Amino acid sequence: MMIEKAILAVVTTNKTKVGGGAPIFYCNDADESAKVAANLEAITDGIAHSLSNEMYIIVKH
Amino acid sequence: MNEYTYPIIFGVIVGTIARMLMLRTDYRQYPTYLHGKVIHLSLGFIAAALGAVAVPAIMEMEFTAVTFLTVAATQFREVRNMERNTLSEVDEFELVPRGKTYIEGIAISFESRNYLVIVTAFIGTLLYIVLNIYIALAGAIICLIVNKALMSGSTIKDIVNIDYHELHFEGAGLYVDNIYIMNIGLPERQKEIMKYGMGFVLTPKNMNVITTIGNLGQRQAILHDVSVSLGVVRDSGTPALTPLIKRDLDDGRIGVFILPQLREKQKAIEVIGAVPVLENAIRMPSESKSHSKEKH
Repeated sequence: MMIEKAILAVVTTNKTKVGGGAPIFYCNDADESAKVAANLEAITDGIAHSLSNEMYIIVKH
Repeated sequence: MNEYTYPIIFGVIVGTIARMLMLRTDYRQYPTYLHGKVIHLSLGFIAAALGAVAVPAIMEMEFTAVTFLTVAATQFREVRNMERNTLSEVDEFELVPRGKTYIEGIAISFESRNYLVIVTAFIGTLLYIVLNIYIALAGAIICLIVNKALMSGSTIKDIVNIDYHELHFEGAGLYVDNIYIMNIGLPERQKEIMKYGMGFVLTPKNMNVITTIGNLGQRQAILHDVSVSLGVVRDSGTPALTPLIKRDLDDGRIGVFILPQLREKQKAIEVIGAVPVLENAIRMPSESKSHSKEKH
């Protein structure tokens, strides 16, 4: 199945800012979240977009 | 052997030569070497035969025989379908796809070239029968020259000015000049893009061009041709490294973000300039009646 235009995952260091349907990955600091986001990007074939300093979303285009 | 044998042979030869001349395999590598060419040369031969035979048919008052030209038309529409299907199938596996508009443009030109072959063969045979072989030769050469002129359309450099601009990031947003391209989140990815990427701004020379280069198919064609000529730094599974073109909504300029393997500004400008303007993307708003009313 091809998924198009969907948020596959959210990577964040701020637990209070996120919630909802997509898988959420909590990280301790910016470094860790960048690493997790890079991994997820490679695994899911998505693109890591940053919404703010503390939050990445992995989006399938 | 009768009086028509030589004129028909002449027409067929001239027509086939016309098809050969119009069959170029350039950087696009299409049609593919040898096999793709054989298909088109054979079809060109058939087209030439049809054009050449039409003249004696008319001379012998066999007017109904001309209806077989309609069969030819159907046949060559089929050529267009064939090209469209093949290219669409193959397109899925391109690193940077051609896009539907480009494919349609290629398919149309394959069909129309067969008609040009018919016309060339027709004129060649007609002149041979009515006048003589020397005038027929001259006529055929003129046809070949006209064909050459008809098959070459304009290119991007005729309609826009191309300037190099450094890529830059504002936060996570990637920009070419002031045109937003996309959001790249990871610092690591941003570094890669700054290292491999290049940015160009295409400024339209007049109002008609704004719509033409705004066309998504035309933009995809630019990206495809640049990736073919200069290589592309990307792989499956790296969607963040995707060449993109975005538009400045204010004035219709477009920002081209590419990831070439060969990073030479001048060469890239030449390659972008040499991209054909797709027939299907051309719009002429200045020709519309409401515009000309305003002027008077």
